[in-house]
Amino acid sequence: MKKLILTAAMTMAVAGTAQAAGRDTISIVGSSTVYPFATVVAEQFGKSTRFKTPKIESTGSGGGMKLFCAGISIDSPDITNSSRRIKKSEFDACQQNGVKEIVEVLIGYDGIVIANAKTAKRLSLTRKDVFLALAKAVPAADGSEKLVPNPYKTWKDVNSALPDYRIEVLGPPPTSGTRDAFVELALEGGCKKFDWIKAMKKSDKDKYKAVCHSIREDGAYIEAGENDNLIVQKLEANPKALGVFGFSFLDQNSDKVQGSIVDGAEPEFESIASGEYPISRPLYFYVKKAHVGQVPGIAEFVKAFTSEKAIGDDGYLLDKGLIPLDEAKRKEVRKTANNMKPLSL
Amino acid sequence: MNNTELIKKGLAKRYRREKRFRAYGLMAVMVGFIFLAILLADIIGKAIPAFTQHWIKLEVSFDPDTLGIDEKSDEATIRDANFNAAVKKSIRSLFPEVKKRKDKRKLAAMLSTSAEYQIRDQFLADPEILGQTKTVWVLADDDVDTYYKTADKSKAVRLSDKQIAWADKLLADGLVKKRLNTTLFKNGDSREPEQAGIRGAIKGSFYTLLVTFLLSFPLGVATAVYLEEFAPKNRWVDLIEVNINNLAAVPSIVFGLLGLAVFINYFGLPRSAPLVGGLVLTLMTLPTIIIASRSAIKAVPPSIKEAALGIGASKTQMVFQHVLPLAMPGIFTGTIIGLAQALGETAPLLMIGMVAFIVDIPQGFTDSATVLPVQIYLWADSPERAFVARTSAAILALLVFLVVMNTLAVWLRKKFERRW
Repeated sequence: MKKLILTAAMTMAVAGTAQAAGRDTISIVGSSTVYPFATVVAEQFGKSTRFKTPKIESTGSGGGMKLFCAGISIDSPDITNSSRRIKKSEFDACQQNGVKEIVEVLIGYDGIVIANAKTAKRLSLTRKDVFLALAKAVPAADGSEKLVPNPYKTWKDVNSALPDYRIEVLGPPPTSGTRDAFVELALEGGCKKFDWIKAMKKSDKDKYKAVCHSIREDGAYIEAGENDNLIVQKLEANPKALGVFGFSFLDQNSDKVQGSIVDGAEPEFESIASGEYPISRPLYFYVKKAHVGQVPGIAEFVKAFTSEKAIGDDGYLLDKGLIPLDEAKRKEVRKTANNMKPLSL
Repeated sequence: MNNTELIKKGLAKRYRREKRFRAYGLMAVMVGFIFLAILLADIIGKAIPAFTQHWIKLEVSFDPDTLGIDEKSDEATIRDANFNAAVKKSIRSLFPEVKKRKDKRKLAAMLSTSAEYQIRDQFLADPEILGQTKTVWVLADDDVDTYYKTADKSKAVRLSDKQIAWADKLLADGLVKKRLNTTLFKNGDSREPEQAGIRGAIKGSFYTLLVTFLLSFPLGVATAVYLEEFAPKNRWVDLIEVNINNLAAVPSIVFGLLGLAVFINYFGLPRSAPLVGGLVLTLMTLPTIIIASRSAIKAVPPSIKEAALGIGASKTQMVFQHVLPLAMPGIFTGTIIGLAQALGETAPLLMIGMVAFIVDIPQGFTDSATVLPVQIYLWADSPERAFVARTSAAILALLVFLVVMNTLAVWLRKKFERRW
């Protein structure tokens, strides 16, 4: 019993000191897509400056925003990463909880690739093909303005120019930001190619979303978990399947898998940067201005993250698969970041 | 036909049945064993490359002009000095024919980014070497390292043809050496595979488990003793018993949510700290310890208890002088198995922020930390190829700890067990 009391007392004492001391490590949360980039910057930052290495949690964009907007107490995170722009509802929630000044920093782009094993034929897809192959309901083949449950079994059924492979796509589950972006950019992008569906956006927005954002559930799209390495391994074992994942994994595994051509553009560095490759999304991080000066190093970290050395044309983040902004945009971003100009929506 | 004949007739059949049953049993064991062997062979096979590392020999000139410092510079200036330029200069001097900017970049990329910090630390330790040229072994980049380790050279396409030529020349000139990978056990996490290590995770696991042990062992044993020896038999005690058994089956993520709500949000304990991790894992381990301790206490023969009471011992004396010492082996076994379970847990830690990228090695209970299984999870999710081997190496390390803990449990039981 003595031991018990002692332990309890010790715990309290340790907890007490931690409370009083405040915090000297920057705390970052947010997107798992930005995580590989933010961690590299954090590590460099920790090594090259006198500040401690920031701590980075991968919570997903939405989860990160929730933690970030919880309040301005020193326990809440200083920075949140996001693979999409902050939503109006999230911004309002932030304001309500007293997080008034948020600085938005755009760092670059990330491409989403549709890849298969190198032993198989490389596919040349259009976003329309992707939509027809993966949507839950597709326009009837006779050209009438009617939706039928997806009847396609092989890529050849979708588009006679494609090989006779069974439609089998390994991709991330609904909790993933990559999935959201894939649905929004690839599926909706193909969906819009049908004029009558596009017209629906104005007349019946809910139905339009239901049509363009629903992935088929009959086994053609296989949810392969959040681990992109696993998808790459599965593609190797099953050459006729396709996989959906981030560009950095294609870059690292270019000896095993190849990215399909989408709308005539290969998933390559230059084509994603120029916007020619259609499935890419912006990456952001958001800074809590109230914490600048309270937690040491935030301003310096933001400066390091937006420096030419990190996100420039020769930056070290490019080796990790980040697609850079163009020079004018970088200058603009740097200006906002250095002045800590708060975002207004 | 009399009875003897009847039995004799069925005898062969009964023997056969027994033989079959034994064969099934043996087969079941074999299948389990084969799976284990495959798993281990796969992990060990993948982990082997992670235990060695390639180093490259450089002649680094600590030239004041390149570094931009002189004898009078203070430490802050030295920290900001351009050691990167010194490293680049020395690798370029090995390949004077490389002229193009792009090629120069590729050449410099063959060395680990840790090189400049390594020579900075060397310089800080001994500033007298300013102006001298020193032989330094620096880490090769993970892609170059992988190239040297790959038997089938045509497969290592992460390097360009030029880089492959340079790598081959370095090897031919004897400037490359393969060494034991001590970085893996000395460093914290890193995004560069060649600089990544599991020390931070091991220390995090240690602190977390220490908190878990210090809290769950006394609490668990006290609960078990009370419930077995002192508690009255009524409905409330039954209810508590049902609840404890129930808790043992609750998915561990639930404890994480509880920890987030209670310890972090309500008590305001720091996020990502081993202290909170230990508290959460205590909740998870307690039922295991209580159940194991209770059955160990139950197994102490009533005759011993009654003899103690009979010669005038109080109930407390009976418990502490007779029951507990005899039940200890069983209690220890339960505790160690509970802790081993806690060592392999990641799900509850996700909610309290211990699944994070943390480079600095934790120095106490409130520093940010991760644990070994989390480190495995993070590396398994990294795009860099060289992390595949390191993931397996970290799994091996975790398995070693688990085997040690379980062996300890068996040993303790064997050593202190008393049979009646």
